[in-house]
Amino acid sequence: MESKSSDENCNNPNSELHPSKLMMASHFLRALFRIQHTTTDSSFAGRSRKIRRAAYASMAYSVGTKRSWSSALLRKLRSRSRLRSPNPRRAKYAALPGKPRVARPQQREMDQAQVLRELVPGGTSMDDCRLLEETTDFVRCLSTQVRLMQAVVDSVSI
Amino acid sequence: MSSRRSRISEEEINELISKLQSLLPETRRRGAGRASAAKLLQETCNYIRSLSREVDDLSDRLSALVETMDNNSAEAEIVRSLLRS
Repeated sequence: MESKSSDENCNNPNSELHPSKLMMASHFLRALFRIQHTTTDSSFAGRSRKIRRAAYASMAYSVGTKRSWSSALLRKLRSRSRLRSPNPRRAKYAALPGKPRVARPQQREMDQAQVLRELVPGGTSMDDCRLLEETTDFVRCLSTQVRLMQAVVDSVSI
Repeated sequence: MSSRRSRISEEEINELISKLQSLLPETRRRGAGRASAAKLLQETCNYIRSLSREVDDLSDRLSALVETMDNNSAEAEIVRSLLRS
């Protein structure tokens, strides 16, 4: 697939009604309603974890396998659901984005591209060019997901 | 996976870089001239981390709010606000 045609997919900033954005919204909302009605692990922390997982899941499912980052994220989500373990140590190797467990004092010395590779799902196996493309797409989807979640909060907090 | 780097032109790389740069919040304030690659990568990393933190915070807030959600009205409002944004 040429990069130009994939621009017409998730990535056109002028396309507010893009199907993948609506897919993201509907997937996330359905997950929220399921979480709302679940009786297992209905602690605040448990619900928060599930909601966070639903956020990344709706991003990944709306893009599917079109992108490396979404495929990698889908793999992580599926391996985590197979584990179904509340033990945080077991979940560590399939960690979702954005939750480093340990501070990284060496960061200044590290190549920034390497830091970025660890933040973008599937990034560690990408060359620099691919990394730039995938990062752009990932950042767009992640910021859309944040706006979506903010919209839900706003709609409920009247 | 074969390396395609030799077949990617400098122009394509510049295009990728400017696309990414246009997404980042701080670079919009900057004047003319492209930020250095290292600075761009660093800002991208910071931006991704801040977005991830927002996902965490919003998940916590939704966890508290979810009990009060009314299914039909919430969904309609969200779709409306997405159309507006």
